[in-house]
Amino acid sequence: MTRAPDVTREQRGQTKRMSVRLQCPGYPEDTLRSLADRLPCRDTQLETLLQLMGQPDQYSYPSIFIYGHRATGKSHVVLSVMKDLELPHASVDCVECVSSGLLFHQVLSAFFGPDAAALLPRCPSLSDFVRLYKQMSSNSPATQTRYIILDRAERLRDMDFSLLPALLRLQELVSDNVTVILLSEIVWEKFRPNTGCFEPLLFHFPDYSKAELVQILSWDHHPSYTPELYASYINILLGVFFSVCRDLRELRHLAVLNFSKFCEPLEKGEAKESDIHKLWKNIEPHLQRAMQTVYLREVSSVQWEQQQMDEEAATTLRVLSAHAHIELPYYSKFLLIAAYLASFNPARTDRRFFLKSHGKIRKTNFLKKHEKTSNHLLGPKPFPLDRMMAIFYSVVDSRVAPTASIFSQISSLVTLQLLSQVGHDDQLDSPKYKCSVSLDFILAISRTVGFDVVKYLYDFL
Amino acid sequence: MSEIPTSSVSKGCFVFKSASKKRKRHVGVGGYLVDDSDDNASDRFKICQKLWETVQMNTEVIQDQLNKKVLDSLAEFIKKHGLGRSSDNWRQRASEIPTAALMLGVNVPDHAMTFRSLCNLLQDSVTPFVVSVHAKECAAVKFLIQKVLEQLMEIGVSVDEEQEDDTALPQRTQCTISALCQWYKTVTKKSTKVSPQRKENSTNSDLPQSLPVVVIFKDFEAFNPQVLQDFILICSRYTQELPFIFIFGIATSPSAIQHRLPHSVSSLLCIEVFHSLSCTQHLASVFEKLILNSEFPFKLSSRVIQVLVGIFLYHDFSVQNFVKGLQFSMLEHFNSQPLSVLCCQKQEALLSAKTLSKKNVERIRHLPSFMRYVETQEPQEQVRLLTDDEHVKGVCHTLLKNLHKYHKNYYPILQCLHSLTSSLPKFPLGKHIRELHVSCIEKNLWETEEYDSALQLLRILAKDELVAALRKCAEILKSAKRMQNVLQQLDDFIGRLEALQSVSSEDSSGNGIVSGKIEYQRTDLFQLQKTLLEKESRRTRRMNPFEVLRSQVIEFIDSLVREYLTPAELQPLSEVCYYSSSGVLRQRLNVTPRTSIQAALSHPFYYLQNESLKTNSGTISSAAPDLCIVYKLHLECGRLINLYDWLEAYVTVMSAAEDQDTNSEEGGKYDSLKHARFIQAVSEMEFLGFVKSTKQKTDHVARLTWGGC
Repeated sequence: MTRAPDVTREQRGQTKRMSVRLQCPGYPEDTLRSLADRLPCRDTQLETLLQLMGQPDQYSYPSIFIYGHRATGKSHVVLSVMKDLELPHASVDCVECVSSGLLFHQVLSAFFGPDAAALLPRCPSLSDFVRLYKQMSSNSPATQTRYIILDRAERLRDMDFSLLPALLRLQELVSDNVTVILLSEIVWEKFRPNTGCFEPLLFHFPDYSKAELVQILSWDHHPSYTPELYASYINILLGVFFSVCRDLRELRHLAVLNFSKFCEPLEKGEAKESDIHKLWKNIEPHLQRAMQTVYLREVSSVQWEQQQMDEEAATTLRVLSAHAHIELPYYSKFLLIAAYLASFNPARTDRRFFLKSHGKIRKTNFLKKHEKTSNHLLGPKPFPLDRMMAIFYSVVDSRVAPTASIFSQISSLVTLQLLSQVGHDDQLDSPKYKCSVSLDFILAISRTVGFDVVKYLYDFL
Repeated sequence: MSEIPTSSVSKGCFVFKSASKKRKRHVGVGGYLVDDSDDNASDRFKICQKLWETVQMNTEVIQDQLNKKVLDSLAEFIKKHGLGRSSDNWRQRASEIPTAALMLGVNVPDHAMTFRSLCNLLQDSVTPFVVSVHAKECAAVKFLIQKVLEQLMEIGVSVDEEQEDDTALPQRTQCTISALCQWYKTVTKKSTKVSPQRKENSTNSDLPQSLPVVVIFKDFEAFNPQVLQDFILICSRYTQELPFIFIFGIATSPSAIQHRLPHSVSSLLCIEVFHSLSCTQHLASVFEKLILNSEFPFKLSSRVIQVLVGIFLYHDFSVQNFVKGLQFSMLEHFNSQPLSVLCCQKQEALLSAKTLSKKNVERIRHLPSFMRYVETQEPQEQVRLLTDDEHVKGVCHTLLKNLHKYHKNYYPILQCLHSLTSSLPKFPLGKHIRELHVSCIEKNLWETEEYDSALQLLRILAKDELVAALRKCAEILKSAKRMQNVLQQLDDFIGRLEALQSVSSEDSSGNGIVSGKIEYQRTDLFQLQKTLLEKESRRTRRMNPFEVLRSQVIEFIDSLVREYLTPAELQPLSEVCYYSSSGVLRQRLNVTPRTSIQAALSHPFYYLQNESLKTNSGTISSAAPDLCIVYKLHLECGRLINLYDWLEAYVTVMSAAEDQDTNSEEGGKYDSLKHARFIQAVSEMEFLGFVKSTKQKTDHVARLTWGGC
């Protein structure tokens, strides 16, 4: 039952396929072989996992913590093992569990059927769960190790503080052959509660290397083309995308999206499968464009496909961030400008900008040391409502009555998230705001109302 | 017993049911108008309501027309994704959720109507499973999921197990998407079973299997990003079983999506952008339908239009609010102007003109526009108009007819002039027709500088431009029945302009030779000026036929403008139709809470209407409420106010009213009642936000406003 935690390192040197067969008694061998075939480049992990699990009827380690970056095959490996070996397991995505009750419910119904889960009281506590689990397992004791797989386990931290420590030693609490497998993208150090807890077995899934990625991606080659062609396509694709993206899922998505473009010269008969260079020349700029658009979701995948169909659409297609312009009512624009000025100018400079006879104030003498760095680098600062209104009345060209609609415009700017409210204490008396728009945006806005905002910005003096 | 029902041995509580239930019967709006001494108040109310109904109907029709395109394309998008799902299985693998980003503009009040019609459209034509959620209701993921489930399954779903509502469902449904998944499977199975029985469904029997579930996020920006991210993550786990489609209602710009969602989440979406019509275009069509329409009898004066359009452009961009403003001015007009009984369709107006009451005839005599009309008449006629009621009614009849005729002629000509001038550089008469309309009904258009410059620009139009513009005018005039002779003249001009083709080309070559000779002379400044002047004079002397014709056309247009686009105020009886009190409108629609508070505090008579409160400015009356006295006293102070001094001043004011001798022993003191009233008044001031307690100085409060007295 107790195994050395650094079992991973020991096993790495051995020949993998052999060891899988040799070291996992109790599981049907051909299933293991097919499993190993279906999980390329994860042989070491698979093997270690199986070793940790031991034979089906043996007690396993109470809790295993598996971590690694996104799309490194954590849940895929674990779930494939569970499914193929037909082990009793409950798989729960913690993102779904808005309350711990849902988690208990899912676990119980996976192990003992929905009737058992229905016995849970309305607002089940941890002890309710443990009690019910014990009751159920005494009726039907585990012949094989039961596994609870918790995906996105980092969400557990936001739930009840006792939940995570309890789950880690659930085996002890329910005195049943149960193992909790936590899957997360975050390292264990970020989980450990202050009060300490049972330390799970840590198990890292490393990133796929470039060669491994090629190997995996080449798997889903198109039936009407040779695997070699597809492999060379994948090589080209990775040449472009590997520096920005190692997410297997994302790469696969991109590979599917762009493959038809890659094959275009072949279909037209302009090139043969052996003309890799020609094909590369054809696809490379296309992939570069894909990196700037479809990868960032500036263009949706459907639009991208349509664009490949007809070249005319390519020029007309506008990306998401291209429509940055927002049409605002006249006074809202000035309110936003006033908010921007209040956010990025030190309050002491208001006299200089908005008073008629301000006199000359030299920038260097006038300022304290820390103010000499650009305010635009430091980001927006909070300002009280009064200051913004004072600036507003001074920048707007006509006399404006302080009407209710002016004030309601401020709150609608907040809902549009162009302004953001800071601090929650003194909301009625003196609310404070921050302006959350960029310089480019405010320049565009002030151009439409004929206001030279740069003249009023301290940073550009 | 019945006489003394409350007699009892012990103390008790007795309940009486109110016997006056009948009196509480709902009084219709008409009921308030009956006791009004003015006759036909209820008539006016009826007219007003009828008009309002047409306004409402028209605005809805306009909204539907304008939104049709974007809504249709949205429905198309959803159909495409809902039905084509099985074919492209790779997208399922990537578990992308089709998402429509609907750009609606910042006029948030108008969105509700768009979403309502979108929901109806989708439910009618695409899928019954449409959910719309508001950010306000979804502070956490579970509430969002609950909303979705409730709306789809049409049952109550408990989120918090702590809530005790055992009466609810026999088997309680869990608030999870997987529960929804189960439900969806059963529902779709049911509908596939049902469909063969029904004839109409059997034609598209493959449809129910892939009916998408549409979730509409009405105000995307207001959602908590974390909630959205979690919801999308959860939904993407279920895309295989539950064909979700999202619609984001976005007020700002599509980049808002990228600001709210990280790449890991936005990579789960397949976003397409849809743009709805801009609010200014919407306003323009509402304006055209409701205000630039001779069929609609109620009119707004130029100032009122300026107020309403100003609120739209400066404050909210909301067409809904604009229509509300129109409604308010209608109500105000029909309420305050007894003669508005004549403000209805032509036939009815003529009828009610005959049956005007004596009072109303008198009111007509006092109308400024009618008085102006009387002054232009012969002395004999003047006498009759001022004495003979029946004669006035007859004249009224013809004047009303003229007014209607004026409107019928006015709008086509206005449109013509707009179409002519809207293509001119710098838009001397305004870019939008509403600006032109405002300047036309305000004053004599032809006396303005802008009109002159517009005509100047028209005089130098090239031939093809002029012909195109005139053709547009002819197109507009075709629909106006009364304008047939004008149309004929216009057609005539167009014909003559086109006939000029051959002639003009010869003429221009002749000019070229003349100018060529002049070119080779010594360039002396004086000489140059002279030759230029000469050239100028020669050109005016010898116009080619096109130029002659062009100036004729311009003259013609000018004459049309002078004839038909006269200011509305000059029309007799215009007050009947035109609502002109822009001040009231501004006061009501563009409220200033602070000024009204200040007015109430410094002039309590303004609101309380109590004679004893009338004071001349500068003095502080002790009869005023304590708050007003304290307010006036605090105006005299600086930034920090000593509470003791303030109290002294207050007591002085109060005791001055009681006519007590200040030199008596009580002078320095004050009773606890006054003290308490003062404290209460100060705390009310604090509540209103005029003062604030401060720690800078003991026994002082800080003023939060500037100025005083």
